[in-house]
Amino acid sequence: MEKIHEWLNDHGDYLYRFALARLRDSHAAEDAVQETMLAAIKNNSFDGKSSARTWLTGILKHKIIDLQRKQLREQPISNLVNLDNPETAMDDFFDNSGHWLDKPQTLQMPDDALEQKQFLTILGACMDKLPTKLASIFVMRDVQEMENENICKELEITSTNAWVMLYRARMGLRKCLELNWITG
Amino acid sequence: MLMIHCKKASELMSQSLDQPLSWSERAQLKFHLIICDACNRFNSQLRLLSHMLKHMVHTTENDVSITLSIEAKNRITYAVNSKNESN
Repeated sequence: MEKIHEWLNDHGDYLYRFALARLRDSHAAEDAVQETMLAAIKNNSFDGKSSARTWLTGILKHKIIDLQRKQLREQPISNLVNLDNPETAMDDFFDNSGHWLDKPQTLQMPDDALEQKQFLTILGACMDKLPTKLASIFVMRDVQEMENENICKELEITSTNAWVMLYRARMGLRKCLELNWITG
Repeated sequence: MLMIHCKKASELMSQSLDQPLSWSERAQLKFHLIICDACNRFNSQLRLLSHMLKHMVHTTENDVSITLSIEAKNRITYAVNSKNESN
């Protein structure tokens, strides 16, 4: 049991930040660290070849996917992927003939540390506005760089559902950035 | 059918980030991007979005002001000990 103290003291903060960056929820991130500790204690396969941190992070990555799966199961996806649903349709973006209603603007690249920080604050707020499921799948794809096939397997969704959700996430985020960041 | 509208082009641009497009889809998109400034800007937005999201995750990971509180560490230790003993 001293192991837990040692791991939490040496690596707990790092593991928590790693999880928080991906799950974007402090409770879920704490759960992920807890599940990692439990798995590490139960199945002490640490061989000393890599650092303890690397080993624990490897376990954590799997636990994060478990929690993302849970986040995605909490509400039915049908209302997020049905493009005919008036609430989730893409009518906000295109007219009937498929042309942009509001043409996308050039988003200015943040060019110093302060601007980067401001941009990240806005991006974070935009991510929070997105339905959790869409944010989760977007992080799985773009940050965890999981292949579509793996995402579909882990989440038990079809590849069509996956691409519609990714498309919706990107459309929502870029619009949110346009409204809140410098364009032109 | 080389001509596609912006809606279809935006779908293909998103899709191309996740899986390879077919030959004809690539041709349609390429042709559309030659004539459409708005979709070119959309494409840049997608790239900036992806780049900055990675940057955001990296920043959070390295932000030492974010820590697991003592209470959280205690909760985890307690939970792990009791779950481990019960098995």
